[in-house]
Amino acid sequence: MDKCIYLDNSATTPVAAEVLEAMTPYFCEAYGNASSLHASGREARQAIEKGRAEIAAILGVSPSEIVFTSGATEANNLAIIGMAFAHEEKRHIITSKIEHHAVLYPCQWLESQGYEVTTLDVDKTGRIDLEQLKDAIRKDTLLVSIMAGNNEIGTLQPVEEIGAICRERGVAFHTDAVQAYGKVQLSTDSIDLLSVSAHKLHGPKGVGFLMVRKGFSLTPLLHGGGHEGGRRSGTENTPGIVGLAASSSLAFNKMEETTARMRRFKRRLIEAIHAIPGTRLNGHETESLPHIVNVSFQGIEGESLVMKLDEHGIETSTGSACSSPTLEPSHVLLAISVPISMAHGSLRISTGRQTTREEIDAFLDVLPRVVEELRAISPFKVGE
Amino acid sequence: MYTEKVIEHFRHPHNMGKMKDYSAVGKVGNIVCGDVMWLYIKVDKDPKGREIICDISWETFGCTAAIATSSMVSEMAKGKTLKEAIAITNKNVASELDGLPPVKMHCSALAADALNEAIYEYLTQNQHEIPDALKRRHERLAKEMASLEERYKAFLAKEQVANGTKTAGDVKHAPD
Ligand SMILES: Cc1ncc(COP(=O)(O)O)c(C=O)c1O
Ligand code: FES
Repeated sequence: MDKCIYLDNSATTPVAAEVLEAMTPYFCEAYGNASSLHASGREARQAIEKGRAEIAAILGVSPSEIVFTSGATEANNLAIIGMAFAHEEKRHIITSKIEHHAVLYPCQWLESQGYEVTTLDVDKTGRIDLEQLKDAIRKDTLLVSIMAGNNEIGTLQPVEEIGAICRERGVAFHTDAVQAYGKVQLSTDSIDLLSVSAHKLHGPKGVGFLMVRKGFSLTPLLHGGGHEGGRRSGTENTPGIVGLAASSSLAFNKMEETTARMRRFKRRLIEAIHAIPGTRLNGHETESLPHIVNVSFQGIEGESLVMKLDEHGIETSTGSACSSPTLEPSHVLLAISVPISMAHGSLRISTGRQTTREEIDAFLDVLPRVVEELRAISPFKVGE
Repeated sequence: MYTEKVIEHFRHPHNMGKMKDYSAVGKVGNIVCGDVMWLYIKVDKDPKGREIICDISWETFGCTAAIATSSMVSEMAKGKTLKEAIAITNKNVASELDGLPPVKMHCSALAADALNEAIYEYLTQNQHEIPDALKRRHERLAKEMASLEERYKAFLAKEQVANGTKTAGDVKHAPD
């Protein structure tokens, strides 16, 4: 286990040592409930508000615009369902075909409750069409929810342009920035709601936040003690929030250096994989997150490929049908028109801050052999 | 989620690859669903004059379970008389592997079906009498294959549409 080469960092990342260190006191020493009046409570409150201020400063917003949640699934649900319920007069929402299910499913659920949802197409690289977006906006459009960077193929959306269109038309703009946060420069000027999760950036699992611009009211999903300005009840997860703030600061302080390295790895990966016959790159060549590479191999099936790599201690993931409980290929790969046979052979490689050049080399040493092995078993021969 | 036996057969598959001088081949599955298996058999007479599967090999496009069951079914059928081989079911194959996850049972069906089809082809080619059960199974498989072909065509058509801006398939699954 300890020697494994972990290349599945868009699924989750290891907690950074500095983050764990920052969190540790808040389990057994400063364990107070942040709502309590006594010293222990005040200490917890202070830590939470310090974290909130840190994150607000990173995003250039005010601390009251940050709502802590149990992660990005909750943040996305709060943004979409919370907005819809708070603005009953507008019942139309726009999203895209390649959103994470934590956006698509709340939208579909709202649809089942009588709301209308327009799901925008994407082109072969995974980008939405801004003209199509403009055309889709109606008088009763409440919200546009388009992710900043895709978790499977890495494609970045033109967030600033989308935000500008929404501003101009008086529509709220939410973006799921889970994969993009800490990886690319994000200007929040034209973003009204933004979701983040700590475990994708070397922070703990089960904590995240929703940025909610001043003036946007939300109906809470969780009712109770009125925490987070009444927008999200539940005793604050102090160690989690401290970890989220620490991981954010680390990610942004080291962003330039980390992403430069990631881009080098990505170029190397793409070059080496292109040299293997019968492969294709899924996603956008340049407008893409630095840490995600998605490729397909003709004639082999992704689940077997992931399992073969795992045999060599290399951990990756796939969007293949066989790997999914529903036995359908990834909706993202289908949306970007990856041919069905190639969608079966997809592989996602995602690097993290801990990834080394040696690991990339070791992976690239194993990969062609494993592909060769599986192709030898397959009835579909490449180039025949 | 997989048993050690499944992993073992996946890592070191038996009887894998194409056969040159085969007596018959069973081709099952469809690339839409991801599972495709081609199973080759060579039939010969044993000293008692019974027809046996003296050699067997396969080529499979599919998941871990599909590859492991291909390997297992080939081991189970090797050296068996045709009658014995016909009796092999997907449940036998799965239990020889100490079980498969429920969602993967169809992969084991594929392996047993391919064997079935190879034997059917052999009997037909040599104008032997075909047992009723085998015939019924072949007919069911042929029907399934035809409907898969239809689905595949529909999918391809959708893909062609998708070359414009439309996309194919419903939204169901993604890794994180
Ligand atoms: C783009 C995106 N959105 C949302 C989520 C869900 O985040 P969480 O695991 O914090 O609920 C993930 C990861 O799983 C993701 O990659
Ligand atoms: S081959 Fe597709 S699930 Fe087994």
